[in-house]
Amino acid sequence: MSAPDTTPYTGTNGNGAAGVRMRGVNKAFGTNTVLRELDLDVDPGERVVIIGPSGSGKTTILRVIMTLERPDSGTIEVGGRQLYHQPAGDGLKPASEKHIRSVRSDIGMVFQHFNLFPHMTALENIMLAPVKVHGQSKEEARTNAFELLDKVGLAHAANQTPGQLSGGQKQRVAIARSLATKPKIMLFDEVTSALDPELVGEVLNVLRDIAEEGKTTMMLVTHEMGFAREVADRLVMFDHGQVLESGPPADVLDNPREARTQEFLGAVREH
Amino acid sequence: MTTAFDANQVQPPKPWYRRGDVLTVLIAFALGYAFLLFGVDESTRFRTRLNPDPDLTFDWMYFWHMVPLMWRGLLATVKATVYGFTIAIFLGLVFALLRRSKLRPVSWPTAFVIEFIRSTPILVQLYFLHALIRTWDWYSPATITILAIGLGIHYATYCSEAYRAGINSVDKGQWEASTALNLGPVSKWTKVILPQAIPNVLPALGNYLVAAMKDAPLGIAVNATGILFFANAIRGGDFRAVEPYMLMGVGFLIASLPAAWLVRRLERKITYERT
Repeated sequence: MSAPDTTPYTGTNGNGAAGVRMRGVNKAFGTNTVLRELDLDVDPGERVVIIGPSGSGKTTILRVIMTLERPDSGTIEVGGRQLYHQPAGDGLKPASEKHIRSVRSDIGMVFQHFNLFPHMTALENIMLAPVKVHGQSKEEARTNAFELLDKVGLAHAANQTPGQLSGGQKQRVAIARSLATKPKIMLFDEVTSALDPELVGEVLNVLRDIAEEGKTTMMLVTHEMGFAREVADRLVMFDHGQVLESGPPADVLDNPREARTQEFLGAVREH
Repeated sequence: MTTAFDANQVQPPKPWYRRGDVLTVLIAFALGYAFLLFGVDESTRFRTRLNPDPDLTFDWMYFWHMVPLMWRGLLATVKATVYGFTIAIFLGLVFALLRRSKLRPVSWPTAFVIEFIRSTPILVQLYFLHALIRTWDWYSPATITILAIGLGIHYATYCSEAYRAGINSVDKGQWEASTALNLGPVSKWTKVILPQAIPNVLPALGNYLVAAMKDAPLGIAVNATGILFFANAIRGGDFRAVEPYMLMGVGFLIASLPAAWLVRRLERKITYERT
């Protein structure tokens, strides 16, 4: 199924969260097609969890929205603005880097392997983008960074470098760093997959807090089905570069319609 | 106040330019440069004031007597090396960045220039540079400056390859995080990529510094003064070769042993910090 059930509004909602509208997006790595004429809509403020077998392209969805991979064709709209295109006459033309940067400032991403800057303290990691990109003063950025660190429970680790932190702590700093630029949509790419099992909880708690605040749209790729059921507004089952089925998590998890979904959920539950 | 922290309670770390260990090194460097700039005698007059033993046997008295002359030549060689290498470090980074450029009209000519300079001998380059500069009437540098420029350009190409390897060694995730934070190219390079790449490059740069010093006597081709010039001058004046050339070997040892030791220390320190 590819047609969405409701007509989405892809601008921004009252809280400032931004929606996404992907139309006919294709992406191939060599002969391996990972996104196939993908249409996907995410409402402003919606929390969408994307599940699917490994290699199905679910991470690539986040990466093309974050502009880490350029799609081969198709359009992506973020917060009502075209990401890779600019209006030109009646149609669209490929966007300049400047335009892409401007739209990209609404997007934040948290990575599986944290990707913190190892030569900076936790505080400096968080302060960098607000100071260098968003023109905040150092004092303002420092105060905000402390607040964010406090929010993720790491105020005491402000002056530690990533090398001194545990995996869960690193990921919480990475989330704080991403929040510091106040993104209208946040992408979470298997943020708990690289963590020891006992550290997963502390990161999921932070994600829950962000979800409850509702200031940002969230797109999560995860294998934590329990968490998906609890937090997601919508669950998207993704396979072979296309959306296989999507709906409220309880529906998809308990009564999957597609055989591939049943197979995948069965394989995940066996563990 | 409901928040559990106080912004003043956790002290931010001192900026790097106010840290004692960094300042000491910077001041030592500045003093060293000042000394090389003003304290080195660039004259090409190397004359002994003692007649060597006429039997052509090794004359220790004569040997020790020449030490201050050798020292003067060594300092001139070190000066050319250090100035040349200063050029190489910055020019090499420029080469490395131009070569990475997405614009092919920029990256391809740069790659060609680097390959060309790397695969031609520095001796030939020095002759060419000397001849070239002599055709200009608006610039007539001292010969030791020509040597420094020649060494600088030649070693810039080697340094650029080292930088390239160092930049490639920075984890892909660091680039992606820079994109995700929407950092501009200047912040991305100066705050994220280079601070991680340069420590990886330092040992290679140190090795090139030692290599550059060993190439500096080629300055004899452009009549630049230096330690080889000293030995040649003595041979020409006193018809004695064994003592001055042996002393030259001692001079190189004095200069390169501490350099090699520093490079090894740097390598150890960097591997330590990575683990």
